[in-house]
Amino acid sequence: MKINLKLLSVVLTAVILTGCSMQLVQPWERDVLAQRKMQLDPYPNDTALDEHIYFSKEASRGGAGLGGGGCGCN
Amino acid sequence: MQLNDKRIRNQLSVATASLLTAVAPVSQALESSSDWEVDTSVLYYSETDRVTAWEPVIRLRKDFGNDRFLTFKTVIDSLTGSSANGAIATGSAQTFTTPSGNSTYTTPANTTPLDPSFHDTRVAVNLGWEQPIAKDMTGIIGFNASNEYDYQSLGLSGTLKWDFNQKNSTLTAGLAYNADTVKPVGGLPVGFATMPTYPAVKPTQGTTEDKTIYDLILGWTQVLSRKDILQLNYVYGNESGYLTDPYKILTLVDGTTGDPVANPYVYEKRPDDRTRHALYAQWNHQFTQDVLRMSYRYFTDDWGIDSHTVDMRYRYELGGKHFLEPHFRYYTQTAADFYHTSLINGQIYDYASADYRLADLVTTTFGIKYGYAISDQSEFGIRLEQMNQQADPSQVIGNQASQDLVPDVDATILQFNYTLLF
Repeated sequence: MKINLKLLSVVLTAVILTGCSMQLVQPWERDVLAQRKMQLDPYPNDTALDEHIYFSKEASRGGAGLGGGGCGCN
Repeated sequence: MQLNDKRIRNQLSVATASLLTAVAPVSQALESSSDWEVDTSVLYYSETDRVTAWEPVIRLRKDFGNDRFLTFKTVIDSLTGSSANGAIATGSAQTFTTPSGNSTYTTPANTTPLDPSFHDTRVAVNLGWEQPIAKDMTGIIGFNASNEYDYQSLGLSGTLKWDFNQKNSTLTAGLAYNADTVKPVGGLPVGFATMPTYPAVKPTQGTTEDKTIYDLILGWTQVLSRKDILQLNYVYGNESGYLTDPYKILTLVDGTTGDPVANPYVYEKRPDDRTRHALYAQWNHQFTQDVLRMSYRYFTDDWGIDSHTVDMRYRYELGGKHFLEPHFRYYTQTAADFYHTSLINGQIYDYASADYRLADLVTTTFGIKYGYAISDQSEFGIRLEQMNQQADPSQVIGNQASQDLVPDVDATILQFNYTLLF
């Protein structure tokens, strides 16, 4: 538990430090982020089909977003 | 004044430099500035000796201007083949009554029993509307419905997104509600009741049951740099009602030999409530042209399931119009507290299921996708993946050691995509 707390504090400090030193990306610097391939979900059909497969074959669900509906497969 | 001038000059030079780098040639790819987006896919999913599924998807997205979007999606899911019924393989042939109670099927000795009557067609529709509702605030509402001959689902969802930090940060909060109805073929079996031998009919507890699902999502999206974006989500979920699989059974065995007792098949029974939590992190990074997308999910619930999922995709640009995207996914879960490969005769169980999807389980998927931008308004894609699932039995008793109690499941996934913007 001690180790975990230590690890947690290191991770949190790293996150905070990174956050503080992070430079804002200005609207005119959005060329890369605006590309379709850089979207969080660039291929929604692929994602939905994968979620459906793994929801049917495993006991976990959700995380990336809100579920797309029920299914009698699980 | 001079200081201010200098500062403005500096800022202008930074801006100019950024603009210059911004016009560096990017590969040809879909750049949505069109009113309509049509996304069509067909999935072929095939397990060795088990289920085969065909799944066409059509997704339409219409841009109404001023950041208002309508999304419509429809999926048809057609399943055929065999599915493990939960009973264990034994040294002799086994005969089972089908869920409808109208016929029987026999599994040879030393073979995992599969119910061959498994077939289903599912039709699902999703509708979503997105629009700004205040400065830096976007609202999304969603509706979904699906129908199978033994299952119906109706759902509503609402999501709020708040951009701040000059749109470098986004907070998301969303709520989804689903009201589902289960109406299994042959009625709802009574948990732990013995599967009767045909033509006798199983005892039932009615024909339909309900299931209610809530999901709450809290998310944070952060732009880390011009080429990095990070998303962190927490999802809380609760399911209540009939959560049992009405078609699954367990084998009642002798506690010493592990062999089935007389009339050994009993219907499974799961708790009627489940609370789950998921933590999800995704990071996208662009190299010169290539993009790495990585995600990790930790999942835990009050059924005893803890899982870790790692997903990695690397989009390798082949120059101009083509890309290749290798995909790797690794999933591992601990078993549900009530997962039992077989039940020991004479012991008392509150809940039990022999569904391997609730066992200690590892899923590994390797895949590759090829994409071709036909123009800047249309793209074709094909992906081929191979999935393997390995589950462990909860306990191996006596003679069961000579059987493969939970065999691997292998599946091939093939998908075609075509996207058109106009």
